[in-house]
Amino acid sequence: MTVLGNLALWVAFLVGIWGALTGFMGGLLGRADLQQSARHAVFAMCAALLTAVFALEWALFHHDFNVEYVAAYTSRNLPIFYTWSALYAGQKGSLLFWASVLSVFGSLALTFTSRRHAPLLPYVAGVVCAVAAFFVTVMLFAANPFARLAFTPLDGNGLNPQLQNPGMVFHPPMLYLGYISMTIPYAFAMAALLSRRLDTDWLVAIRKWTLVSWLFLSIGLLLGMWWAYVELGWGGYWAWDPVENAALLPWLTMTAFLHSVMIQEKRGMLKKWNLALVIGSWLLSVMGTFITRSGVISSVHSFTQSPVGYYFLVFLILAAAASFTLYARRLPLLDAEARLESMVSREASFLFNNLLLVGIAFSVLWGTLFPILSELVQGTKVTVGPPFFNQVNIPLGLALLALTGIGPLIAWRRASLPNLKRQFAVPLTTGGFVGLILLVGGMRDGWALMAIALAGFVAATVGQEFARGARARHRQYGEPYALALARLVGRNRRRYGGYIVHTGILILFVAFAGMAFKTETQVTLRPGERATIRSPYGWTYRLTHLGISQYDALNRQVTAATLEVERDGKRLGVMTTEKRQHVDGLGRPTFQPSTEVGIRSDLREDLYIVLGGVVNGTEQAVFRFTINPLVWWVWYGGVVLVLGGLVVMWPGGGSPAVKRVQAGYAVRLVGKQ
Amino acid sequence: MNAGAKFAAGAVLIVGAVGYLMASGVKQTGQFFLTPSELSQRVAADPSFYNLGMKVGARVVPGSVARDPAAQTLRFQITDGSARYPVVFHGLPPDTFTDSVEVVVEGRLQRDGVIYATDVLAKCGSRYEAVPKAA
Repeated sequence: MTVLGNLALWVAFLVGIWGALTGFMGGLLGRADLQQSARHAVFAMCAALLTAVFALEWALFHHDFNVEYVAAYTSRNLPIFYTWSALYAGQKGSLLFWASVLSVFGSLALTFTSRRHAPLLPYVAGVVCAVAAFFVTVMLFAANPFARLAFTPLDGNGLNPQLQNPGMVFHPPMLYLGYISMTIPYAFAMAALLSRRLDTDWLVAIRKWTLVSWLFLSIGLLLGMWWAYVELGWGGYWAWDPVENAALLPWLTMTAFLHSVMIQEKRGMLKKWNLALVIGSWLLSVMGTFITRSGVISSVHSFTQSPVGYYFLVFLILAAAASFTLYARRLPLLDAEARLESMVSREASFLFNNLLLVGIAFSVLWGTLFPILSELVQGTKVTVGPPFFNQVNIPLGLALLALTGIGPLIAWRRASLPNLKRQFAVPLTTGGFVGLILLVGGMRDGWALMAIALAGFVAATVGQEFARGARARHRQYGEPYALALARLVGRNRRRYGGYIVHTGILILFVAFAGMAFKTETQVTLRPGERATIRSPYGWTYRLTHLGISQYDALNRQVTAATLEVERDGKRLGVMTTEKRQHVDGLGRPTFQPSTEVGIRSDLREDLYIVLGGVVNGTEQAVFRFTINPLVWWVWYGGVVLVLGGLVVMWPGGGSPAVKRVQAGYAVRLVGKQ
Repeated sequence: MNAGAKFAAGAVLIVGAVGYLMASGVKQTGQFFLTPSELSQRVAADPSFYNLGMKVGARVVPGSVARDPAAQTLRFQITDGSARYPVVFHGLPPDTFTDSVEVVVEGRLQRDGVIYATDVLAKCGSRYEAVPKAA
């Protein structure tokens, strides 16, 4: 099967180069035969790469340990679920995954893009082919997933136990899908620049793709947080690790784009900015892959462990240089059609939102690259960690949260004073009231107070928008309120879906604020001994160590500690936390031991228990007990956010003409208020 | 003042705030990231280089790890081949911490020549890669 795989990669390589050449040439020379050929090249590449994926999966499922990749990431006793997902467990497989998904996305884009945008498509095909060909090149010359070993091991290394978690099966592909789908908007942006068709047309063509990409990135980030929380056992979900930051960066710039694109559509402003955001987001997504894969940041001295890092660095520099040269040459064609009329307008609030998002992205990038930058400039490596990111991003994030409420309340172009009073009265009162209640309730953390009060303000603005929209429909069409609300969302999916996303965001902010009140206790207990901890809500937990049990499971030896949990004298049940030693088919230990966390979640707080270790074979054990307030709301807010994104993306919703009229109506409605 | 100028003022304010937050953030939270040899050079050059928050990246000396679970204390030595420092850590080390693994120790070097760690991170090439087996 590796012969088939290698053959498929070579076919993809040659076809990719051909597609890139014919795409660009066909577009520039206006030759229909070359354009058609480029289109076919994308489909052919897609077929070849899917064949390669099939060949690798075949080798994985048949435990062909002579293939290095199979031996490195799977073993005979690995559950079948994880054998499948080993396709993207390692670097080489992920490269194959990246390239094949890109070719699938490219084929979809070429097939389903409306005829209207046909002049852009040859360039799109060219860019897709060029990018995919780069990934195939890396595989063929530096990291071939089909490389064979000189011998055949009896069994493979198995998968790192920390990756043996359902979250980990879906988290990397989601993140990758987000990164990869960014290539399509980038390809369209390049196509618009090359063909000089720089009206808003290309933006319409990529609207869905930018949302798809944003949604996948969001899901990927959330799943990653969930995985870190339940699997890594350090008691949190976000550590400002370079790999996490790398995924956050394109998400931030994409979010900025999703807002600023509305200004271009409605007012013909910000053309240069939007193009730069698309190009920047794509470069950041490639850099994300590069950071994740090369270890350039986390490694102490060596630049990269594998040549793959150099390939990526060169590609990144070339792509950035090419994109921005082209961009600079087309700048004269990108003048705005309108000017900002007032500081108190939707446009201005969107501009500030964009500045904040890009500012946050820049500070995260700066902090992530700081060890490298400081070593280059000063010769000494200086690192910044979570305190830096929190210190910088909490104020910026709160300003952004405030704008989330303010933006939708202000009219386009210019808002009048009576309009402002009418729009802001209820939300401001609500926010102030929430803050006051918390203050009286005894909350003393300034940032947390501010975050939750602002969330109250934003929640009220969203509620007000829904209520007013539904009331307007009720009056105008005589629809009952429930139906009016459903139709309101259904007919204005972009706008009200956006509000649902905002709701998700504000829930996330409240949940983040909860972590300000996290408590942590470490104790050593003999069986029968108990520990007492106080939660931020003033409850008293009592945990009694019941004992240690040891047993063998499918591919691991388990040491489990059981604790009885009481809260304020009421028994809540029994919780367990484990240390696992994974073993291979012959019973030999593989990897270091891993921890299985015990978590008891409710709406207000999580009790999070970790078995640190057992004292010299006795049943005396070390525990860490963490109380994490409001963590459940992170996952809930994430679900709301994703649902909102799906509402925005849902296809259909009337003809474009009807949509335009309705959007105009919505704008007028806000204008009148 | 027209809207464009007002907006520019607002933009300058935001950019300034971001810049200020970043500069002060680096100043207040930045930590030296040193190897044991670099640390010993610094201490030799500047005798007051003690009790400063820093990170030290090195390898755990094989056989030097002493765990005392009852007291939740971990003692080990780190080296980069030339200089060597003992480390004391109160807390739970990560799962990946073992003999001869590469670690990043966050803490303060005291005058007794011991690094009192507030955090110990064990590294692997990439989180998604299999952890190389310790030789």
